[in-house]
Order: sequence, then C-alpha cells, then structure tokens
Amino acid sequence: MAGTINPVAFLGRTRRRGRIDITDILSWLWLIGGTIAVLVPVVWAGLSSMKPEAEITRFPPSLLPRTTQQVVVPGYDRPLGLWTVTIDGESREMAMVRRIGIKAQMVDPENPAAPVSVDARTISPVQKLTIATENYSDPLERFNFLTYLKNSVFVTVVATILTLIVNAMAAFALSKYRFRGDKAVFVLIISTLMIPLTVVMVPAYMVIVGVGLVDNLWGVIIPTVASPTGVFLLRQYMLTIPDELIEAARVDAASEFRIFWRIVLPLTAPALAVLAIFSVLWRWNDFLWPLIVLSSRENFTLQIGLNAFQGEFSVQWHYILAMTFLSLLPVTVVFLFLQKYITTGIAGTGMK
Amino acid sequence: MAIKASAVLERLVEGVMSLVEIPINALERLMGRKRVPYLFLAPNLVLFGIFTFLPIAISVGYAVTGGTNLFVTDRPFVGLDNFRQLLSCQDYSRPGTCQESLFWTAIWNTFWFVGFNVVATLLVALVTALILNRAMVGRGFFRAMFFYPVLLSPVVIGLIWKWFLDRNGLLNAFFEMMGVPPHVFLLEVGWARFFVVLVSVWFHMGFYTLILLAGLQAIPKDLYEAAAIDAASRRRTLFAITLPLLGPNLLVVLILLMIRSVQIFDEAWVLTNGGGPGTANSFIVQYIYQMAFGSDLRLLGLASAASVLMGVVLLALTLVQLRLARKTEEI
Repeated sequence: MAGTINPVAFLGRTRRRGRIDITDILSWLWLIGGTIAVLVPVVWAGLSSMKPEAEITRFPPSLLPRTTQQVVVPGYDRPLGLWTVTIDGESREMAMVRRIGIKAQMVDPENPAAPVSVDARTISPVQKLTIATENYSDPLERFNFLTYLKNSVFVTVVATILTLIVNAMAAFALSKYRFRGDKAVFVLIISTLMIPLTVVMVPAYMVIVGVGLVDNLWGVIIPTVASPTGVFLLRQYMLTIPDELIEAARVDAASEFRIFWRIVLPLTAPALAVLAIFSVLWRWNDFLWPLIVLSSRENFTLQIGLNAFQGEFSVQWHYILAMTFLSLLPVTVVFLFLQKYITTGIAGTGMK
Repeated sequence: MAIKASAVLERLVEGVMSLVEIPINALERLMGRKRVPYLFLAPNLVLFGIFTFLPIAISVGYAVTGGTNLFVTDRPFVGLDNFRQLLSCQDYSRPGTCQESLFWTAIWNTFWFVGFNVVATLLVALVTALILNRAMVGRGFFRAMFFYPVLLSPVVIGLIWKWFLDRNGLLNAFFEMMGVPPHVFLLEVGWARFFVVLVSVWFHMGFYTLILLAGLQAIPKDLYEAAAIDAASRRRTLFAITLPLLGPNLLVVLILLMIRSVQIFDEAWVLTNGGGPGTANSFIVQYIYQMAFGSDLRLLGLASAASVLMGVVLLALTLVQLRLARKTEEI
C-alpha cells in the first residue's frame, strides 16, 4: 500500500520528469529540517547523559562527552587538571595549581619545583573523550531506580497480558455470538471511548481507595485493563474469521472455551500483536494515573520516579538525563524493530 | 536453544490452559451454550462497570456535595454551590475578578493553548503529509522519523526539552553564537508559553501526519491522472482535488486534536515545573489535579464540578467527531 508507486501517478505528480523544481527542493528542506528538529533534542540529551558532573553545566557546552585530563604531580596531594599553555610562543601542557582572578599558577608535571604564573584567559583545558558510566550506575544503586524499573516492567507485562485476555474474550463474544443485548453491549463499550481518564480521575481514585488498591501496583494495572480500543480492534478482526471453522469445531464437540482459545485466538494473532504493542507503549509511558494512585517510593514506576527525582535533584542533570535515556531506550528499540506494524496499525485504526 | 525454550513455554501454556478449561467447561455446561457469551463478556463488563461507569456516577455525586470527605455518602449535599463558585465572576476575561481565579486562569490558558496548538499542529502535519504523499525516495524513513516522538513518554519529552532549553543548554549556546543574549526560557512567560506549544507540536504531529497520509493515499489515483491529462497546474490539483477530498479527514483530525489539546497536562507539567512560571502554563486538567490531589485540602467537590464541565465540552466535541466520521464513511 504505502511502498508501491503507481508509475502513472508518479508521472502525474512530478510533472516534467527529471527536472527538479522549487517545490522538490522545498520538500527536501522541510523533511531534512524536520528530521533534524526531531533528532537534535533527543541526541543532545543522550550525549549530555554521558558527560561527567563537572562538564555537564559548562557553557558554552561541548558537543561530545569529554573530561579535563588529570595528572598526579609530585608534591601535590590531589590530581591537577592539565591545560595547554603558550609561553614565549611555544605551547606546552601544564598542570594548574590554583587560579586567582585572571592569573593562573601553572606547574610543569616533569619539573614540579618551579611554578609559573600565566594569564588565565590564554590557557585551555586538555580534554579527552570519556563516557561517564557512573551517571547510569549511581542512580540505579543509590536512588531506587532499579525498583522503579522493576515496577514499570511488572505493570507493563501484567497489564498487557490481562488486556489481551480480557478484551479478546469480550471481542469473541461480540463477534461470534448473537445474543440478547449484543448491540447494546457493544455500543456501551465503545461509548466509554468518549470518557477520558482526565474527566473521571477524581471518582476513579475514590473507587481505588474503596477496593483497597491505593498505593499498589495493581491499582495502576486493573482499571486500565478493559480497553474499548482493544475490544473494537479485536472484534473487527475476529469478524473476518469464517464462522464455518467454529461450526466444524462444534460438530466435533469442542467446548466454546476450547474454540476460543484453540481456534479463534491463534487466528487473531496479528491483531493481538498490534494491541500488545500499543498496550506496552501505553503502560510504559503512563503518567497521570500512576501519579494519582502511587504515593510511596518503593511503588513508583519509572516515569513517576523520574518526575519525583527531577523535582528533588533539579541540579543533578547528569543523573536525570541518564535515567531519562534509560527509560527512552526500550521504546526506541521497540520502535526500531516494529516501526512498520506500529505505523500501519495506527493508520488503520486511527488510535493511539 | 530458542526452539527448546519456546517448546517448554508452549507446554506450560498448554498445561495451564487445560487446568483452566476444567472449571470453565463445567460452568459452560451448567449455564448452557446460549449464555456462554455473557461468560466471555463478564470480566470486561465488570471492569468497565467498576472503573468507568461507577466513577461517572460518583463524579456527579462529588460535584453536588461539599466538604473534604473522600466517600460520597459521608459528604454534605450542597446542590449547585460548587458550580456557582466556579462560575461566579465579575469579568470573565480577567481571572483576578473571579471567585475561583485559578480556574479561570486555567480556562484561558487552555483556550489559548488549544487555539495555537491546533492550528500549528494541523498545518505542520498537513504539509508533512502532503510532502510524504509525493512519490519520493526515503518516504518510509521520514515517516518513521516524524512518528518517533509520538511513542515517547511525556515525562521523557518534558525532561529532554527542559535540558535543551536550560540556561546552559544547546539553544542558549546557539543564541550566544548568533550574538543574542541568553534566556532562561522556561522562566519567561512568553517563551515558556511558546515552548509548551512547540513541544506539543513536536510530540504529536507525527500521529496526525500518519492519519492524514492514510487519507491522502485513499484518494483515487485516476483523478490525478485526469488532472495530468488536462495539464492542470500543481496548485490547481491541490486545491481542486487533494484538499476537497481530504476535507472530511481534516475535520476528523481537527476535532481529535481539539479533544486531546483540551486535556493537555503531562508534558506541560514536567516541562514547566507544574505550570510555571507562576500560573502562566497552568491548564484545566492541572487545576482538577491540584484541587483534588495537590494539597491536603482535597477540594473534591470543586475538582469534580470542573471535571463535569470539561466532560461536557469533550462530549460535545466527540459527538461532532462521530457525526463527521459517519459522514466520511458515507462518502
């Protein structure tokens, strides 16, 4: 559908074949500019997340993660930063002892006995490419991020499995049976599409308190399991499964449940896959509902943890960005591999 | 190895399912085949009942009761007081003169956000879809590229942009290169509002591009062939064929965009540190959230009354959308 090019239409649209006119150039500029606009903030955050704490707030910033090289000089108890100094037209690498105003006291690492004083504005640090892996390892050890990660994975996996089962069952009933009130039930379910969480979040919270699931991961999972989009998507797909298959199974005395899970469910696999992808993305990225339900740190999901963390440690950008990137990674990987299914799935159903 | 693992998994599922089958089959025999569909529907309907329909009923209950008690039955009935409090105002254009000035600030902020965001997103998505609809190399790549942000979490997007717009961020570095003095973008009202819209367009445009692109590809190709035979100019083809035939899709996208824009919260909340600077980016969902959960006050009555008002607006928009969708199908 998308990839094929009708040769006649092709000629019709790019009139005068072989000639590049102004709209072609503008189109390419738009697309390339747009790609840059999409990538720059993401890549910039990724590069920054690898910078050490001291480097990340340097302004103007360096593009790649680098650190000032350090040397141990005899006679000084801590390592000194290495700088490029120009003395008498000759540039040398020297260690900085201290800096007072515009004067910097430098020492030659090979000859530490004779410090020299130079103009601090003329020197520049010697840097090398480094990746600050501690940005990633520290928060995982010290700030509970491993717990958040575990909670997010739990919510995503369990909610997705339940979503598939519960909605497939409903879709099966609504597509393969005729019973009293079938149309009414379908309309009722679809009508809940009109009621976004933002409208019912206050009373929904009361229900969660009522059933005792407040500050509990199950309180995040269960209310989102019954999904009108899921029912709709699966039902439309199941309608295309021929009824003869089911009749044949009934003749063989298969139970209805057996028909559902041995015949209909395997045949619905493509639609189930699409719903599974959506479900994973919804749960992994969900923010407002977990924010309302969860209150103690050990129950936070990654998104809530990230938000709380940035509120408390608003200057620790090296940690915040590393954790942001960690949370972005699974989605990016899913996207790279399943890009085609996701985009055609959305174009086909108009949902997100 | 992989084959073995999947075989084991299959065995496992098989075993569990045959166990599950026993009680369900018994239930099936007990109820009779006719009632089986109700059995299949039950889990879904129970969940919908408890977590969607019950909250709607409670919502109305909250809106007409006062106090800070969580359970509706413990709350004193106040009639329409909550609505009166929300809506009493000397001059609606100046939130400061309203009893609930925060509510009206949020309404106006949301109003302007929806206006700018809908127009900007629609334009960007339409232009991108039109360009991607031309037969060209790398279409799949660009389509995927523009779609990528749609999949990211609002928290991640808020943080990425917050860093990009930081005082020491890349944009300020670029500004300095150009000789423009640096800004603390998210602390200046004008810039902060501008970037909330820009980030929202950046976040969601790929989704709408995709829908419009599907609409464009559904336009019969022979119309373009006829136009080419008639040597119609490209502009004429656009205005006489493409846009009129895309019209219904555009309307659906417009309403969908409005419904989603009214509910702006997540990414703006993270990006602007909870609606800052001051209340410059505090929107209606944020008002509801803060009234109900933001402080110990728990003004659930006011929050629910505001929810009901927003629900009515969203419902009206959805009904328009459904009508349009039906019309589209007829065409």
